[in-house]
Amino acid sequence: MSKNLSVEHLLGIKHLTPDDIEIIFKTADSFKEVINRPIKKVPTLRDITIANIFFENSTRTRLSFELAEKRLSADVVNFSASGSSVKKGETLIDTVNNILSMKVDMVVMRHASVGACHFLSQHVNARIINAGDGTHEHPTQALLDAYSIREKHGNLKGLRVAIVGDIMHSRVALSNIFCLQKMGAEVMVCGPTTLIPKNYEQLGVKVEHNLLKALEWCDVANMLRIQLERQDIKYFPSLREYSMQYGLTKDILDNLGKKITIMHPGPINRGVEITSDVADHEQSIILGQVENGVAVRMAVIYLLAARIGRN
Amino acid sequence: MKAQVIVQKDLFALILKRLCHQLIENHGDFTESVIVGLQPRGIYLANRLSTLLTDITGNQHIQCGALDITFYRDDFRHRDVPLLPSATNIDFSIENKKVILVDDVLFTGRTVRAGFDALLAFGRPQKIEFLALVDRRFTRQIPVEADYVGKYIDTISAERVSVEWCETDGEDKVILLSDKKV
Repeated sequence: MSKNLSVEHLLGIKHLTPDDIEIIFKTADSFKEVINRPIKKVPTLRDITIANIFFENSTRTRLSFELAEKRLSADVVNFSASGSSVKKGETLIDTVNNILSMKVDMVVMRHASVGACHFLSQHVNARIINAGDGTHEHPTQALLDAYSIREKHGNLKGLRVAIVGDIMHSRVALSNIFCLQKMGAEVMVCGPTTLIPKNYEQLGVKVEHNLLKALEWCDVANMLRIQLERQDIKYFPSLREYSMQYGLTKDILDNLGKKITIMHPGPINRGVEITSDVADHEQSIILGQVENGVAVRMAVIYLLAARIGRN
Repeated sequence: MKAQVIVQKDLFALILKRLCHQLIENHGDFTESVIVGLQPRGIYLANRLSTLLTDITGNQHIQCGALDITFYRDDFRHRDVPLLPSATNIDFSIENKKVILVDDVLFTGRTVRAGFDALLAFGRPQKIEFLALVDRRFTRQIPVEADYVGKYIDTISAERVSVEWCETDGEDKVILLSDKKV
């Protein structure tokens, strides 16, 4: 079977069709098998060069992208804003065009500004993958979350997923909502009123402020981190109070009367949004998410690279 | 498009049986040998051979796997649309084993070349052999020959050979498809 994605860049889940997501998942199935072989590498992208451009800090996403690229045999160059000419006043387009003039075919970019990847895709000649733009989207995280749920539950259709925590500052939340809804799941967001944007009902999600009610409703709970680095004012009195109201403990999990799946996009603040014994619980698929991250990113890179013309 | 059946059901069964006996001649009861079918169409042949070999040799544990070669092909980015992979399923070790790669049609040889590369990601076999149900002679683009051949068919590149299986297509047969003008 052969099929193309409907997009040339992965800027956000919003632009993908359910068909695109299915193609990515199906391709990721094969890459998951590849990364569990004795030799975890395939030669497919040996003539492709990819630049990972990170204007914001990242550990796992960057590592995951780099591993995915290397396991596809692509050449990889890494760039981070600290210690670069960005500090000397160079513009985004100039920075990226300079990198592209060294014959780079694809750019994976994380940037603090919403829409930075979209802007770049209109001005440079390379495939762009959004690795997080401000509080907007983080498409590969949403794809790997949905892929992990699909792997655990078989299908996303009709499944109930609660996203708990700092919804307002989370790009993971928005991408997850788009992705899960496109695949037929029901989505609820849960958190303090100050951390849920007012107009979120218009996205077709349920809004709940009581953690217990949300957990009773859902099949899967995705626990998000409080993004203190993005909060310029205080949205709740203290982390301790947040943790008392919205922290998931083993007691709550064991007394639910049903087995729900626990997810977390990382990095975990143990003892804040979830306790250690929940993070390491048998119902938690957090480490599975990380493994799936490499497979899903390999699939996205493979499918987008197929559309790069040969010179 | 003109379709001409070139191997009927009875002959098809006879060819499979003959291939099995040829394999047994070289591999005995298959304790040191494994069969790997190339995705997508070679797996039907691999499974059928494995079942027949079990009947003939009595070995209930003949190991048979499926290998996808999509990521090892040499035509990535030469096509307008990327090929989507099929499943690979090799749940046994091929280290120091004799591996029989199996595909339905040997045409340009490029698939088998990719198959060798893909196979070596699973270990270092003692020996690799190749079996094709149909060998389209004179169309090779890479110097690859099969160790076991069901039937030689002389074709031109514009023609297509299709192997059909009763599991998926209702009947075992080999069809030659050609443009009416040819």
